[in-house]
Amino acid sequence: MSLLAVTVIGHDRPGIIAETTAALARLGGNLEDSTMTILRGHFAMVLLVSADVRAGDVEAGLAVLTVDGTLKVTVREVPQEPDVAPTGATAYLLSVHGADRPGIVSAVTAVVASGGGNITDLSTRLTGELYVLLAEVDLPASADAAGLGARLARVADSLGVEVSLTPIDSDLM
Amino acid sequence: MTLLPPLPHGRVRPVVRAPAAVLTRRAEDVDPRDPEVVQLAADLLATQRVSPGCVGLAAPQIGVGWRLFSLDVTGHPKTRSCHGPVVLANPSVVAASRKERGREGCMSVPELTGDVRRATQVLVAGVVPVTGAALTVETDAFEARAFQHEIDHLDGLLFLDRVAGAHGLHARSVYL
Ligand SMILES: [Zn+2]
Repeated sequence: MSLLAVTVIGHDRPGIIAETTAALARLGGNLEDSTMTILRGHFAMVLLVSADVRAGDVEAGLAVLTVDGTLKVTVREVPQEPDVAPTGATAYLLSVHGADRPGIVSAVTAVVASGGGNITDLSTRLTGELYVLLAEVDLPASADAAGLGARLARVADSLGVEVSLTPIDSDLM
Repeated sequence: MTLLPPLPHGRVRPVVRAPAAVLTRRAEDVDPRDPEVVQLAADLLATQRVSPGCVGLAAPQIGVGWRLFSLDVTGHPKTRSCHGPVVLANPSVVAASRKERGREGCMSVPELTGDVRRATQVLVAGVVPVTGAALTVETDAFEARAFQHEIDHLDGLLFLDRVAGAHGLHARSVYL
């Protein structure tokens, strides 16, 4: 059994997911994790599929999606990642917004990386002049969250954008 | 004042994980004076107490489809009003207002958390095991969220049924 990463990107219309997953089901594929969103009107989806089929055969099976030229499909085999071990990490929400300019994401995420933060979720939106970035950041217990917040504030200042880093705590019920 | 009746010694019971039919069916009303119900109330509290970070447990989560739960938000940083340890049978939310979003986890869905909007002011009614006395509890903030989460379990609902949006589900990165 191999694990395949299937990406589907292109012009949005109703039915893309139904058609993609029907083709995968015909190939005996089992959907694991997936995510999909619309980016500036473009359909964008990544599916992880376990299957007894080679990547090339899956791509051939999904060719029906690409015949009209509006969608691009790629399939490649990826290794099984080990289950996430208990980390003791704390999750933070990083929020950045301000006037759009080149380099906001790279500057901010470089600070996060240098502080030991691992981004687990990210979305950015540009509407008019306003650029917005939201990211979830796991910080290991050993990391200095206050220090990271201060460095982010300095970088945000130099970019002329607003930044905040706030803990997201989840409660077990 | 405690809302907790005198209970027998509780036994720690294994927690049922989704998917499981008992977690998605409406639980049945119980006789609060039935010794089996009283023992189950004690077992819920005992199981909840040995589970780190767990503030509530509903009977379906230990495999029993009865309308009964335990709850204790004492000492939690988000708690405002606090009624200490509570066990309540046949409960319902009578009034609820002022919704806020918060991230919840559940012993029965151990690897995920979800962003769920819940009322921050609630009035809950039920009956107390052992005595059978009718009880209404008015509370807020974190205790209100916990009551709603547990009563949802008795209606066959998981937090998964209430996640705010398709991207409101998260891997649980912090293991207590
Ligand atoms: Zn629960």
